[in-house]
Amino acid sequence: MFYREAGQFKVSYAADQAIFPIRQDQIGMAMILAVAYVVMPVAGSEYWLETIMIPFLVFSLAAIGLNILTGYAGQLSLGTGAFMACGAFAAYKLTTAFPDLNIIVALLLSGVAAAAVGIVFGLPSLRIKGFYLAVATLAAQFFLIWLFAKVPWFTNYSASGVISAPPRAVVGELYVTGVHATPQARYLFCLTLVAVLALLAKNMVRSSIGRQWMAIRDMDIAAEIIGIRPLRTKLSAFAISSFYCGVAGALWAFFYTGTVEPGAFDINRSFQILYMIIIGGLGSILGAFLGAGFIVLLPIVLSRLPLMLGLPISTATISHIEVMVFGTLIVFFLIVEPHGLARLWRIFKEKLRLWPFPY
Amino acid sequence: MRVCGRVLTLATVAAACLLAEPAPSLAVDSQFVGLMPYRTGPYAPNGIPFADGVADYLQLINVRDGGINGVPISTEECDTSYNTDRGVECYERLKNKGATGSAAFIPLSTGITYALIERAAVDKVPLLTTGYGRTAGGDGRVFPYVFTLPDSYWSGADVAITYVAQQMGGFDKLKGKKIAFVYHDSPYGKEPIPVFEALAAKYGFQLSNFPVAHPGLEQKAVWLRIGRQLRPDWTIMWGWGVMNSTAIKEAAAVGYNMEHFLGVWWSGAEPDVIPAGDAAKGYKALAFHAPGADFKVIQDVEKFLYAAGKGTGDKNNVGTVLYNRGIFNSVVLVEAIRNAMNKFGNKPMTGEQIQWGFENLDMTSEKLASLGLAGFMQPFKITCADHEASVPVRVQQWDGKQWTFVSDWIQPDRSLIRPMIEAAAEQYAKEKNITPRDCK
Repeated sequence: MFYREAGQFKVSYAADQAIFPIRQDQIGMAMILAVAYVVMPVAGSEYWLETIMIPFLVFSLAAIGLNILTGYAGQLSLGTGAFMACGAFAAYKLTTAFPDLNIIVALLLSGVAAAAVGIVFGLPSLRIKGFYLAVATLAAQFFLIWLFAKVPWFTNYSASGVISAPPRAVVGELYVTGVHATPQARYLFCLTLVAVLALLAKNMVRSSIGRQWMAIRDMDIAAEIIGIRPLRTKLSAFAISSFYCGVAGALWAFFYTGTVEPGAFDINRSFQILYMIIIGGLGSILGAFLGAGFIVLLPIVLSRLPLMLGLPISTATISHIEVMVFGTLIVFFLIVEPHGLARLWRIFKEKLRLWPFPY
Repeated sequence: MRVCGRVLTLATVAAACLLAEPAPSLAVDSQFVGLMPYRTGPYAPNGIPFADGVADYLQLINVRDGGINGVPISTEECDTSYNTDRGVECYERLKNKGATGSAAFIPLSTGITYALIERAAVDKVPLLTTGYGRTAGGDGRVFPYVFTLPDSYWSGADVAITYVAQQMGGFDKLKGKKIAFVYHDSPYGKEPIPVFEALAAKYGFQLSNFPVAHPGLEQKAVWLRIGRQLRPDWTIMWGWGVMNSTAIKEAAAVGYNMEHFLGVWWSGAEPDVIPAGDAAKGYKALAFHAPGADFKVIQDVEKFLYAAGKGTGDKNNVGTVLYNRGIFNSVVLVEAIRNAMNKFGNKPMTGEQIQWGFENLDMTSEKLASLGLAGFMQPFKITCADHEASVPVRVQQWDGKQWTFVSDWIQPDRSLIRPMIEAAAEQYAKEKNITPRDCK
């Protein structure tokens, strides 16, 4: 009843191929953007913007990156944390070496640096597949983190091996990093960057390059026979995926914690993002957001719930319950819907089309 | 699918709950203290006694004295699991609670401290980092809201080398000797290296660094190199949590002499040596305060809290090294708040007022004694410029049952460390465009 496209006629190919061809979806998307751009900065407290929305956006971006590689191109990777670290350290080196460089340019360049590293570590994917490739990317994870901890040049010879974001403005005095940046400015900057990159990703996977990735994912020999070059396709997936992860890593270091040590991008970070795309849905941009929301928000909700309900539970028990409930929910969702939250959303929309008269 | 729908609804409701700020259950006129301990995660065995000590002393002030100058203390804990991003979340969650926001924060993690330094300066909340965190924070001109009292890692590193020299019979005997430094490969473990390097250059000993990856369970290769290849005259360790007991076991396995194995104050508590069993006998560690329950304040905790069933944790932890350090943290915090109240009036204090309280803290021997801490530690005084104080440090040794002091109080060499701290602080100020305060 509410979600029915009857009566919406398309008169051009462009309209038919739009990202959101149905008017209800367009309205929904506009509403989400309105909430994100207007309601959140006005109504959201500093706590909400700084510790919930910014990590959510950063993880969404990283999950989009990994989803391009694993969900669309079918290359299993456990090196996400390392590529994020590449972006963070590149952004730090760039902003400190060239203080006049605009923060947007610095972030994009740090993504490019991560992409270059991604290409190098993507080379083995031409020979090895599946779990073996996962092990090869694991090498990237450990090597790069070791490198950033070992070589003092990356941290500008800081004694403790910690990098810290210098204050930078987008234009004039509009600071987005450092102490003078307001939570609203940080949040809106992250939101815009993530929105633009997500739109770009969505269009990429709908275009020729995305179709090539999916062909390689579904059957690489068949894809090769119909004229898709595995070298270029796989490496482009690695490059673009690492670009997204790199920008996400730079955002993490510059916009969320403000200071970062290589240990923040350890193997657990890679697993966390892998869980996001598995829970959210492999091969779905929406899934990256849903998965990030699930993994970032749920533990915080769980840790605050007993206190809000007024239950007298000790801090340690709350933490233990949080881990247990979180694990159970992951198993539950994987059993009920192995294709992730994005798939659940699609089924929900199908149901809504027939509502209130299902067959 | 119906189940799924319900689950989704539940999830939405839960998320909506999160949006609504919980109704403040705290009395309006109480002094709120946000606590961020770690009672779970890889470092929980060390985090729990510390957190109990902190919580017990605040509770004792409420039960025994009716609060600080009559103002009761309310607390809320948020578990960080020693995880930096979770620590930031806890900080943001707690900083504006209560009547005046959290009085101060005690992160007990160098990583979390680094992430909070800038935020704390903007939010005007003191960070109390006793014996850890950013060493440069001792310079109050650049870091007004960071308090590294009573000692920083750099002071610790200097005392460690002084003790080694004493054992050898003088600083001139250090020349040509080999000292191994085993450290947790994180900001925490790396922090003292500049001082060790400066001292190695000054006294001519050979320093070998051995990083150990988090969480420190894999040290076989390190100890084979130390025990079989390098054979150092002394080994100094900056470890935390399970890394400490593992190191002691591995050192014993390669036959390293425990008498020449010295840990920092975070590597010298009961959870570090008891798991290693008899192997730990003779192991030494630095300490800026005494262990044990022979202090009036600890006896008060037992009398007013544990005897009445109001204790925070396991009674067996009371009087252990980390528990006592937790007590020490709370004592300093409470005295800073009391200082502030004496100046600004007996009501909940803001972070800015408590910062003043910290900067005018003068813990004389008489004051320590009046707080029930006679003989607990050496007196110290915090000023606007000096947030560290560098109190004398002692070496304690594990005899298989308890820690006993085996050295006199050793004064860190301020003439060496202070210029280094000021140089590091100035570099930080330059990077962040901070104009140092004038502390004249």
